[in-house]
Amino acid sequence: MIKELEYPFTLAKIRDLNVGQRVTISGRLFTGRDRFHKYLFDGGKCPVDLKDGAIYHAGPVAIRREGVWVIRVAGPTTSMREEPYMSRIIEQHRVRVIIGKGGMGEMTRKACVKYGCVYLQAIGGAAGLLAESIKEVHGVHLLAEFGAAEALWDLTVKGFSAVVTIDASGKSLHRRIERSSKKALEKILK
Amino acid sequence: MKNGHWEKNLFQLIRRTSVDLPSDVEAVIRRALKKERKGSHAWWVLNAILENVALSRKNDTPICQDTGSLTFYFGVPVGFDTNAIVAHTRAAVAKATRQGYLRQNTIDSVSGASYDTNIGSASPVFIFQQQARKKVDVRLIMKGGGSENMGSQYSLPDVGIHADRDLEGVRRCILDAVWNAQGNGCAPGILGVCIGGDRATGYKHSKEQFLRRLADKSRVKALARLEEKIMKDVFKLGIGPMGLGGKTTLLGIKIDSLSRVPASYFVTISYMCWAFRRRGVLLGPEGGVHRWLY
Ligand code: SF4
Repeated sequence: MIKELEYPFTLAKIRDLNVGQRVTISGRLFTGRDRFHKYLFDGGKCPVDLKDGAIYHAGPVAIRREGVWVIRVAGPTTSMREEPYMSRIIEQHRVRVIIGKGGMGEMTRKACVKYGCVYLQAIGGAAGLLAESIKEVHGVHLLAEFGAAEALWDLTVKGFSAVVTIDASGKSLHRRIERSSKKALEKILK
Repeated sequence: MKNGHWEKNLFQLIRRTSVDLPSDVEAVIRRALKKERKGSHAWWVLNAILENVALSRKNDTPICQDTGSLTFYFGVPVGFDTNAIVAHTRAAVAKATRQGYLRQNTIDSVSGASYDTNIGSASPVFIFQQQARKKVDVRLIMKGGGSENMGSQYSLPDVGIHADRDLEGVRRCILDAVWNAQGNGCAPGILGVCIGGDRATGYKHSKEQFLRRLADKSRVKALARLEEKIMKDVFKLGIGPMGLGGKTTLLGIKIDSLSRVPASYFVTISYMCWAFRRRGVLLGPEGGVHRWLY
């Protein structure tokens, strides 16, 4: 029932995912949030190859222990803030997996259909639990420019747990729940 | 006031608040889990939340990476030196930040610069009240930004949601706010609601409701009934943990009222996420721990 998804996230693997499906991700994962998205959107050069990759909307708390980076906690941040930039980044870099919380808007949903990408919802606040699945920190980019929380962290994860809430056919669990709860609300207030 | 034990114990209060949930909150999450269908998204999320709580307790790490805004509520005896305790509290906050119990989470709103100790003009927030007793009652609430963004204030009547100036109108405001929030602000949440007051006191009082235990019912019968009714209503919305569907959209709601002027009728709603970090302590005259609260 839980689908295992391994890097590289090829188009075939992505098209195979359906809204509502739970997945565990293994392999390479890049974090990025507000400043990184704005930077790419403005044409900044990406320090890693995002093709068939995953961007995780998170600002981890990282510390250096004996010269090695350790991620202490890394829960998802609100994805909606990246809505103005996300679709162009999907188009230009062929990112196939976006992970965050709260879902994204119409532009991103359409880009998911057009270029083959999915949005996964991670559990907001479960910062320690998600950090447990980080097995290795390969490197960090744009650290001096953006600071630790906004930098691009190049990670290897194992068994990172999430659920597909926007799939490559454009179905969105967020939209579905929004509509069904609206109907329920109207019924309650009648 | 000599430093004595003040700073040390205020630091302990911050640490405890950051790394562990109050037992009443954890118990309600556990109960909610039983109501969700095994294997559903809601069940999965609630399980993960409980696992995360156990893990942060064990590892002594923050429950959530957003350690939020810090509000200290002080109940102090007559003649107490509040300036001194403000200084001790700030020192404790700076220390908790250095030791990683608090994230660097305070920003200059104009320059965008981050303060490395979390000491800013509105951080932490201090609220003092004089009390007849000799002990100092300190309570801390840490509230994440994602949940704070889900707060809202309605001015009644509100034609958009058909809310008049009565408790039915209040109910409509609350349900509208819950629907708007969906899973954001990290559902399942807890609502603090204030009917009346002005814009500023409304928000302040709505947040003070978070000091109440989850089992607490309003002493005003009509409000206790409203609290109960909203919980039943929300159960039917189907928004669920993280907005992925399910029964558990709220863990609790606490409603209270303040007097108002005839021209205004505000309904103010503060949203607290499941990472409901609330702790308290009673301190003696030298700052020694008399008893931990919650
Ligand atoms: S809303 Fe609460 S649980 Fe969610 S990210 Fe913010 S502090 Fe954490």
